[in-house]
Amino acid sequence: MCLGIPGQLVEIVSLDDHRAIVEVDGVRREINIGLVMGDPGGIAVGDWVLIHVGFAMTKIDEEEAANSLAFIKLLGSVYEEEIDQFAQEPELTLVADPDSSPLSSDTTEIAATNGGASSDGQEELVRP
Amino acid sequence: MKFVDEYRDPAAARLAVAEITALASRLAKPGQPVKFMEVCGGHTHTIYKHGIENVLPPTVELIHGPGCPVCVIPMGRVDDAIAVAKKPGVIFTSFGDMMRVPGGSGNLLEAKAQGADVRMVYSPLDALRIAEANPDREVVFFAVGFETTAPSTAVTVLKARERGVTNFSVYCNHVTIVPPLKAILESPDLRLDGFIGPGHVSTVIGNRPYRFVPGTYGKPLVTAGFEPLDILQSIVMLLRQLTEGRCEVENQYTRAVSDGGNPKALEILAQVFELRPHFEWRGLGFISQSALKLSPEFAAFDAEIRFDVPGVRVADPKACQCGEVLKGVIKPWECKVFGTACTPETPIGTCMVSSEGACAAYYNYGRLTKIPVKSA
Repeated sequence: MCLGIPGQLVEIVSLDDHRAIVEVDGVRREINIGLVMGDPGGIAVGDWVLIHVGFAMTKIDEEEAANSLAFIKLLGSVYEEEIDQFAQEPELTLVADPDSSPLSSDTTEIAATNGGASSDGQEELVRP
Repeated sequence: MKFVDEYRDPAAARLAVAEITALASRLAKPGQPVKFMEVCGGHTHTIYKHGIENVLPPTVELIHGPGCPVCVIPMGRVDDAIAVAKKPGVIFTSFGDMMRVPGGSGNLLEAKAQGADVRMVYSPLDALRIAEANPDREVVFFAVGFETTAPSTAVTVLKARERGVTNFSVYCNHVTIVPPLKAILESPDLRLDGFIGPGHVSTVIGNRPYRFVPGTYGKPLVTAGFEPLDILQSIVMLLRQLTEGRCEVENQYTRAVSDGGNPKALEILAQVFELRPHFEWRGLGFISQSALKLSPEFAAFDAEIRFDVPGVRVADPKACQCGEVLKGVIKPWECKVFGTACTPETPIGTCMVSSEGACAAYYNYGRLTKIPVKSA
């Protein structure tokens, strides 16, 4: 959880609500950009940020992003766990199958369950 | 020096190692290497993963500090979390690595197996989404982490209030980095020559809060990035300070850290949280003003007010020496249960749970090459 992963802003969903889509190593997800909006130069599509638990923490340059991602990938399972969790749709409704482990839940099953829940109006996670 | 070849810039790494060797040989006394503590668990992970201790001369020793937020949560707080998770109607949400941390009686994964509704989240905002999707349930977020993570919790609480979400609360275990540094500097059984300062925490708090380290305690501190070369360069910077008779806070990680930190994050932290009078750290005991709780304005979102939290206190298992490991008094492999009773699969202590814990990092990467070299 302590890892910061570099990602590129690909879409601003709502500036007022600080919501934007980032892409990390081909995986997209909505994050909160409120903490970096006061940075000099503001924040725009194409910028690179360091992401921690769904929040952009600081802007970084492209070279730093590439180097830092290459380095984090060297961490192997640590990186894979982080990117799995990054891609993970939250379990809005409890997955019915009691045998499914919470750490290896089938994400498509969760997504399908969520799709049926009418209360979930907004889809925060976007898959490429 | 075979490990250096794997670094991004092997030539720069070789130069750094050569300079470290030259400088340290002038500073170290026989049998007394120059000792630096890396505060951050991410650095500990890098050091073991990339075999940095293997490329360093014997005149430099790295001590692994308390900067793994999962590792410093005492067992009683985990038991309290489980007690809340088991309350009827509660959905308990947690980061994945916190779910395996043992309390006095099991961990959150076991509580889930026993029927508690425990769900892993990547972000506190995911916990808030679960609350909004389940208005008839009480959703609690197990907030852990240093100042890196605390702003995320704070923003989430602000969002919950803004959106009028009343079934969301935070079991707050956020800790701050400066008080444990002071506790370590005050510790009589430890001799340190300087600190490799944490990277990501410093993106939030900046470098200014560390000025007391040289100012009051006369030790240099260099904030460092996470790549092997960053660690080596920060060691060079520390050694240069010592040989030149300087003692200051320096920033090796200028790519991400500024002196003033992230003003927006600091403002939100101050708005949502206040300091606890004291907080228990695993292995370090109670440290004054070392942790955060929600300020009275946000009491409605405080799980410790909303629920009857038992306030369990559990002594660490006798065999476990996480405390000494966290203070850097012993190395992971010097603990009696390391690698035998305590492994990443069946951890006794928290240092073996998180991949950023010194024991787990060492168990996974270092033990085969280091034990014969370093064991006394």
